[in-house]
Amino acid sequence: MSNFSTATSIASNVATGSQSAASVVEEHLQRIGQREEEVHAFNLVTSAEARERAADLDARIARGENVGPLAGVPIALKDNMCTRGIPTTCSSKILEGWKPPYNATVVDKLFAAGAVFVGKTNLDEFAMGSSTENSAFGPTRNPLDTSRVPGGSSGGSAAAVAAGFAAVSLGSDTGGSIRQPAALCGVVGVKPTYGLVSRYGLVAFASSLDQIGPFSHSVADAALLTEVIAGHDPMDSTSIPKPAPSLVSVLGRGVEGMRIGRVADLPEGADADVLARLDAAFVALEKAGATIVDVKLPSLSYALTAYYLIAPAEASSNLARYDGVRYGNRVAANDMNNMYADTRAAGFGDEVKRRIMLGTYALSAGYYDAYYGKALKVRRLISNDFAAAYANADVILTPTSPTVAFPFGAKTDDPLTMYLCDIFTIPTNLAGHPAMSVPFGAGQANMPVGVQILAPTLGEEAMFKVAAVLESAA
Amino acid sequence: MIDNGLPEGWELVVGLEVHVELATKTKLFSGSPNRFGDEPNTNIDPVTLGLPGALPVLNEHAVELAMRIGLALNCTVKPSTFHRKNYFYPDLSKAYQITQYDEPLNVDGFLMLPGGVRIGVERAHMEEDTGKSTHFGGAGGRIHGSDYSLIDFNRAGVPLVEIVSHPDVRTAEQARQYVNELRAILVAVGASDAKMEEGSMRCDANVSVRKYGAALGTRCEIKNVNSVRSLGKAIEYEARRQIDVLETGGTIRQETRHWDETDGRTHTLRAKVDANDYRYFLEPDLVMLAPDAEWVERVRAALPVLPAARRANLAALTGAEEDSEAIAVVVERGQDTYIEEVKNSGGDPGRALVWVQQSFAEEGNAPRLPAKDLAALTVLERDGKLTATQAKTVLGDMLVAGGGDPAAIAASKGFEALDTSVIEGFVDEGIAAQPDAWAKYCAGEEKAMGALVGTIMKLSKGKADGKVVTAILQQRRGS
Amino acid sequence: MSERLSAADVAKVARMARLNISAADVKRYTQQLDGMLDHFADIDNLQLADVQPMTQPFPLVNVLRADVEQPCLDREEVLSAAPAAEQGRFRVPPSGGEDE
Repeated sequence: MSNFSTATSIASNVATGSQSAASVVEEHLQRIGQREEEVHAFNLVTSAEARERAADLDARIARGENVGPLAGVPIALKDNMCTRGIPTTCSSKILEGWKPPYNATVVDKLFAAGAVFVGKTNLDEFAMGSSTENSAFGPTRNPLDTSRVPGGSSGGSAAAVAAGFAAVSLGSDTGGSIRQPAALCGVVGVKPTYGLVSRYGLVAFASSLDQIGPFSHSVADAALLTEVIAGHDPMDSTSIPKPAPSLVSVLGRGVEGMRIGRVADLPEGADADVLARLDAAFVALEKAGATIVDVKLPSLSYALTAYYLIAPAEASSNLARYDGVRYGNRVAANDMNNMYADTRAAGFGDEVKRRIMLGTYALSAGYYDAYYGKALKVRRLISNDFAAAYANADVILTPTSPTVAFPFGAKTDDPLTMYLCDIFTIPTNLAGHPAMSVPFGAGQANMPVGVQILAPTLGEEAMFKVAAVLESAA
Repeated sequence: MIDNGLPEGWELVVGLEVHVELATKTKLFSGSPNRFGDEPNTNIDPVTLGLPGALPVLNEHAVELAMRIGLALNCTVKPSTFHRKNYFYPDLSKAYQITQYDEPLNVDGFLMLPGGVRIGVERAHMEEDTGKSTHFGGAGGRIHGSDYSLIDFNRAGVPLVEIVSHPDVRTAEQARQYVNELRAILVAVGASDAKMEEGSMRCDANVSVRKYGAALGTRCEIKNVNSVRSLGKAIEYEARRQIDVLETGGTIRQETRHWDETDGRTHTLRAKVDANDYRYFLEPDLVMLAPDAEWVERVRAALPVLPAARRANLAALTGAEEDSEAIAVVVERGQDTYIEEVKNSGGDPGRALVWVQQSFAEEGNAPRLPAKDLAALTVLERDGKLTATQAKTVLGDMLVAGGGDPAAIAASKGFEALDTSVIEGFVDEGIAAQPDAWAKYCAGEEKAMGALVGTIMKLSKGKADGKVVTAILQQRRGS
Repeated sequence: MSERLSAADVAKVARMARLNISAADVKRYTQQLDGMLDHFADIDNLQLADVQPMTQPFPLVNVLRADVEQPCLDREEVLSAAPAAEQGRFRVPPSGGEDE
């Protein structure tokens, strides 16, 4: 693990007064000052607001107030979460400079918990990508090796934590956009059960797949953040009607007697160095008292196709609102349709345009049944496969990413090559299950490898128990 | 054959689509006020404006009202889903409308027209309204040739129910009756104020024609009808237009046509480059709506007596024809309960109906005149103590005073019904005074009676009961 | 190339999605999208007749809210973010009349 302070320790120190929120913020802002130009994790660093907020927290703590479980914790937010009065761009020219008039629910929750926002992080435009190379404002660089990508789409949030710019950060995950960058940057990344965390204020990419989750250095931090941001939100109709689960308390329970699934028919594509770390993870868990069981997920090889028809279809509809009428940047024209078409052509990058067109096609008359309709059925097959597997296993382990972090430009020639980065992460989004990536050693070029823990719906407890054991064995 | 006003052999086939704004406090998917007439863009929120990150949450009261409508139209309430209807237009803030597509809330109902014709209702589903565009520059506020448009999103997100009938309507008059009856139902159940002039009820007609016995013709959708009267005119125009086309060897193109009130015709909208492909798919931000049996029953049990039932009840009570104008008017005014009260006070409901229809136009559903007073008046009439003409005068005084004892008022005016033998005497005098009229009447000329009756009434100074006079004349004639 | 998708298809879809793209871009996207659809053909031969489509991962029913007014957005804040506004409303160029 890194030498950076964890959120858990910061919160404890600040709440008890042994460290000031102001000094914590300065420490992080200084690291930002030193390396941000090189890493480019942020679209916007909110240093003034962060200092003001830290001062306010210190004053309240001095008065004896309990400011919350994240007292003074510097946190970075992916720039697709609405922050009132602070630009929220989704790393797209079409929203460059746009300031939302409202906060995302998770932002309000973090604020109520005493966190300090240090900035909005870079992402692949509208969360579409696996390397952050699709950002309209330039890519983010992997802090561990700046010739390599940090992963995506939440590359900025992963890098911010990896570089110590923030103690923890939030990303969003639709097909792996938290877990894959976490693996590539050597940090912990969690995608909670679909519906556990409110999507209100998260700029939608694919509504039935998107979830918000944390990046952190430690499993304990990830558990703490998940507790803070989870829980029913009446502003989100898909929000699970339960309170946030208790996760920090389960971390020490170990994995004695747990059944860890190994996918016997895992799709090909993972590098040998990655598979080696996965094997080591199984060994570690066995040593800790768990049993390894073989599971089969025969429909898994179709997951990529299902995802790349469902996600772009939903995205084509979610992104239709960017038309230059009410907000964002407009390209003037003499008539409405040309205004729309010129605005969107100028405002959206290549990958976004491709996915909008693919999605529009998949939904269009005459093609719905063959593409979107079929993909929804494949989704059901995958969900059924998981249900059968979880009859015999408590969690499943797979690689997170098929490779370690790759160099810039290595996968940009053919979009499909980039899509293949997500083969192990996509299935959980389709099923709506939770999954997380835990760093577990290194692979090629000494770059970190992440191991993915998958659990059934609302199986966060089991997932975190396994993660805690892997963390101590890594 | 029904009289549809068309050339012989032609049948008119009409289906009606009615959009109704629900009388909720807030919008369908967000908490902004559902209010007409406020300053533009003051009833807005992230959902209404389609801001990035906004999410819809369904209004429970809108569902309640939608169910009331469905149940009042004899529909079955079913588990239902919401879909996105995707298209681009500036007053559609998300570039999709959330509506119900293949699984609507209410299905398979019907509406009975006064007179007994049954119009099937295919579905009544929920959807959100759009904002409002106003066009500037160019000629007269129409979109073609305008310079720019201004958009107000106050109306965006207002809850609508779309009621789709089966193509069972066969005349323009039936179409008008359907809309009027529907409106009465909507108001009665409290779902909407349903005012076409204000836009809280909007009506489109799908019109086609065919020869009797032939397959259904191609239909055209007629939009921009702003009153019930226009609806009838537009349907009649469109039917004749289609017949003209067909009779001269042409074919009807399936299209949407715009009714123009000023020139009294329907016009084709500009041909579209790409017909809209709405790319419907299930709305992922909403979940299934499946009201349980208890909720449905609660709504059903709480429905008021509907206009059709009220008309039937009033007809049974008064002996009038169910589809008579008197019954329709009195029920629409909400004065049928009053007539019941008159009956319960011992009055004659048939006479009460006549007086209420004639004289209570401004009284609303709680007439000031105490029911027992009107009851007493009708009793005097029924017992032959007052003629109709006399009763009318007495009623006039009672209405002005807001009540009164009709017997006393009649006495004070010197009204009294005459004894039959006295009337017989006046009849004798009348026949003697009008020998020619009497001869003609005896020969069968009914019109001659008028002169006789007129003379007799004058002789009796208006106190003879006209009905009794007529009866005596008929008797004397032997008919 | 498998020709699942032609340049005409792409041009039509771009119009439907309101994206004014150049002819050169249409050509490039056609190649890329066609390649994708070729890859996605792996689901073509799956037997799916008896499989229920899955649209929502966590099946909830009847999520409703009370009909109670909530605070609205401030009109000035909203209109200040608009590309063009006038008389309290959003201003747009006239339509070509397509979608009345």
